Amino acid sequence: MPEAASIYKVDKVLLVAIRDNITDTDIINLQEDLSERIVSEKARGVVIDIAALEIVDTFVGRILAQLSAISRLLAAETYIVGMRPAVAMTLVELGMDLPGSKTALSLSHALRALKAKGLA
Amino acid sequence: MTAAMTEVSRLLQEDFEEVVDAWFATQKREGVRRPDLFSDRESRRQLSDLLRAFADTLGRIDLSQSVDVDAEEWSDLRLALSEITLVRAERGVAPWEMTTFVLALKQPVFGKLNERLRDTPDRLLQEAADFGRIVDAFAMHINEHFIAERDEIIERQRAEMMELSTPVVQLWERVLTIPLIGTLDSMRAQEVMENLLNAIVEHQAEVVIVDITGVRVVDTQVAQHLLRTAAAVRLMGAEAIISGISPKIAQTMVELGVDVGEVTTRPSIRAALAEAFRRVGFAITRVEDTRA
Repeated sequence: MPEAASIYKVDKVLLVAIRDNITDTDIINLQEDLSERIVSEKARGVVIDIAALEIVDTFVGRILAQLSAISRLLAAETYIVGMRPAVAMTLVELGMDLPGSKTALSLSHALRALKAKGLA
Repeated sequence: MTAAMTEVSRLLQEDFEEVVDAWFATQKREGVRRPDLFSDRESRRQLSDLLRAFADTLGRIDLSQSVDVDAEEWSDLRLALSEITLVRAERGVAPWEMTTFVLALKQPVFGKLNERLRDTPDRLLQEAADFGRIVDAFAMHINEHFIAERDEIIERQRAEMMELSTPVVQLWERVLTIPLIGTLDSMRAQEVMENLLNAIVEHQAEVVIVDITGVRVVDTQVAQHLLRTAAAVRLMGAEAIISGISPKIAQTMVELGVDVGEVTTRPSIRAALAEAFRRVGFAITRVEDTRA
């Protein structure tokens, strides 16, 4: 069975792909895995791809905010990419507009931004 | 045909033109004639169509039953009626005018009835009561029908306005704009957000200009809608610029305590476009000075 979320290393950037059927436990595990990988791989950039995510609730929204906050603390710039319109509207409706997180249209946009800063 | 209504039916057949004239005169007196909307000829034609259908219907209904305008016997009258309500609703006649329009039929018919049945007060009373019942039911129906007709017109116009008023336009590669016009209520704000976010995906846009030059009033609610739209745009990975903020709107927003936070604002769409170009890496340069 494929993992609900996978972490890949692309150059110096960690790419996190989240699948739609992700559960609350998966997401807590992901938080742990990601923070450890950032430190062990000395990553300076993290891209969280949520294009597959069709439904979000306050919990997922909070975890997304936490993931970027943790990465930032570990000196990795974090981009959330590929958010669907419906997901963006729901998050805004819930009042969770992820104020501390950076966003980009797609993975390539985020990689370009990270490269421009010499982090990828 | 029930015996009780014979006289009214006969009256409507024999004195048809007179009743139309009197009905018309009563409407004039009641102030629901609307000469600004309908010519005398058109009004008279409407009245005689309606009265003819009414007279035909009277001959068919059974008065011992309760008056049910939705019943089969009334179908001709309902048809004649719907034509008249449609033109009246479209031209902006008020519901009370429509009701008075019908009720004005009572007076001429009562007058005629009185002339004919003066010697039999019992019958006079009976026929007048029955006729009153029918006209009342008819007026009630016309009122309901009229309001339904108007609601339909309003709904149609609203839908048309909705479609017209939220076009997302691509200004340049990766730059979109949505010019907002009129009022921005919750429903339209939702529509605007949906259209805009979908267009961002479609065009892979990085900057969107939300232009509020045409928005009549900016209150706290409108400001909230704008900021939420900007927040959703940011979540998608694009940036929003709110343009068309007039000096007056700027003052209002500050007085209302609206904090736009990180959202970029520009007074004009021109300034916003320059900023958008800067962000996506374009610049406008003058080729040569063409002015003399």
